[in-house]
Amino acid sequence: MELALAALVIGVAVGGILGVVSALKKGSLVDLAVMIFAQVGVSVPVFWLGILLTALFAVHWGLFPAVGRGSLAHLFLPALTLGLGLAAVASRLVRASLIETLHEDYVRGARARGLPDWRVTAHALRNALLPVMSVLGVRFGALLGGSVLTESVFGWPGLGSLAVTAISQRDFPLVQGIVLVFASMFLLLHLAVDLAYGVLDPRIRVEAGGGPSAAN
Amino acid sequence: MEARLEGPSASHWLGTDNFGRDLWARIAFGSRISLTIALTSIAAALGIGTLVGLASGYFGGLLDHLLMRIVDLFLAFPPFVLALALVAVLGPGVSSVVIALTAIYWTEYARLVRAITLSESRRDYVTAARSLGATHANLLFRQILPRAFGPLAVVATLGIGTAIVAESGLSFLGFGVEPPAPTWGWTLAYGMRYLRSHMWLSTAPGLAILVTVLGFNLFGDGLRDRLDPRGLVRTTR
Repeated sequence: MELALAALVIGVAVGGILGVVSALKKGSLVDLAVMIFAQVGVSVPVFWLGILLTALFAVHWGLFPAVGRGSLAHLFLPALTLGLGLAAVASRLVRASLIETLHEDYVRGARARGLPDWRVTAHALRNALLPVMSVLGVRFGALLGGSVLTESVFGWPGLGSLAVTAISQRDFPLVQGIVLVFASMFLLLHLAVDLAYGVLDPRIRVEAGGGPSAAN
Repeated sequence: MEARLEGPSASHWLGTDNFGRDLWARIAFGSRISLTIALTSIAAALGIGTLVGLASGYFGGLLDHLLMRIVDLFLAFPPFVLALALVAVLGPGVSSVVIALTAIYWTEYARLVRAITLSESRRDYVTAARSLGATHANLLFRQILPRAFGPLAVVATLGIGTAIVAESGLSFLGFGVEPPAPTWGWTLAYGMRYLRSHMWLSTAPGLAILVTVLGFNLFGDGLRDRLDPRGLVRTTR
């Protein structure tokens, strides 16, 4: 589980930063580079990325251990592998959403009142994050699926590699159990995303004893 | 068998594996498997999803409720995990991979077509056709469905890329099409054993997957710009 969480952190952090930078520098070389990264990042198979990173960081340069679990160093390569794909998706979403939000009236209003650029961006970002979150919640499913592959590349003793072992030994009760656990995690995350909407956007907070205070 | 684990040369463009099999030939043949599976499962998902979406959005009521709960059931599982479980039950082979991939992708089309049907069936041109005595079939397939073609083409093209990645992921784990078949995923997994000495054996198949998927994704993005100006298809990948 720490693997998926670490990947989520890496994905959101890297993707978020890249997305904001490329939205602010729209049309520049940086933007182009980020978009190329994003396009390749969504297309690359996660297990192959894992192998490449192993070959480079573990076999070639010997910086991080290639397999196993234990220290933070062990976590780095698998989490990076799993996180990069998410970062690619996140950067595209953040960029598209932020570009749209920066055209809103309140952003122009804030500019007109002479707020510094970073404050304006911070205001816009909060609203831009809403659509990003809903999609990232869905993408968490892909992250769980990817963890099955990543775990088997890095010999990570987690739920994913347990699933692989269970299937190859045709241990169906175990397979059922694992799928159930995966599905529960997935649904819980969806719930967390729905609850987080209210934190980000007070307009859709649920009123006590009633339905959502506003539809959107 | 003499030419084992050779590097790239004029006779073997990408070198050979530990049995002396030409890597380029394996990748070229592997593309048949990957593309066949991806295209078949996306076509099936498109067909099933479209029919369900049309029925659900057009007739509404109890049928809509029932169909959408079935969709929710499929959406409750992380896609790759569901595919893995299905292949585990069905056993390896081309047809079980196709079934598994169809099962995880059809919901996307069903929801898209349902949304389009819901909004389109309230439009004036549909009411006009209905008042002229058009049958349900005419309204569904001649009036409403064509409006979904653009978004569907975009989602399907992007879906082919995703399906190729999922298929190679399954065969990478050894649960896809059985090994003597040169699937990209298995060739890659096999090459991993020689990562230290012959990196190329696992790099080349991965590159094949990347280039193919990148191609479909770029094509899909291009289609989106041309066919989906209203932005019905969200950037979900």
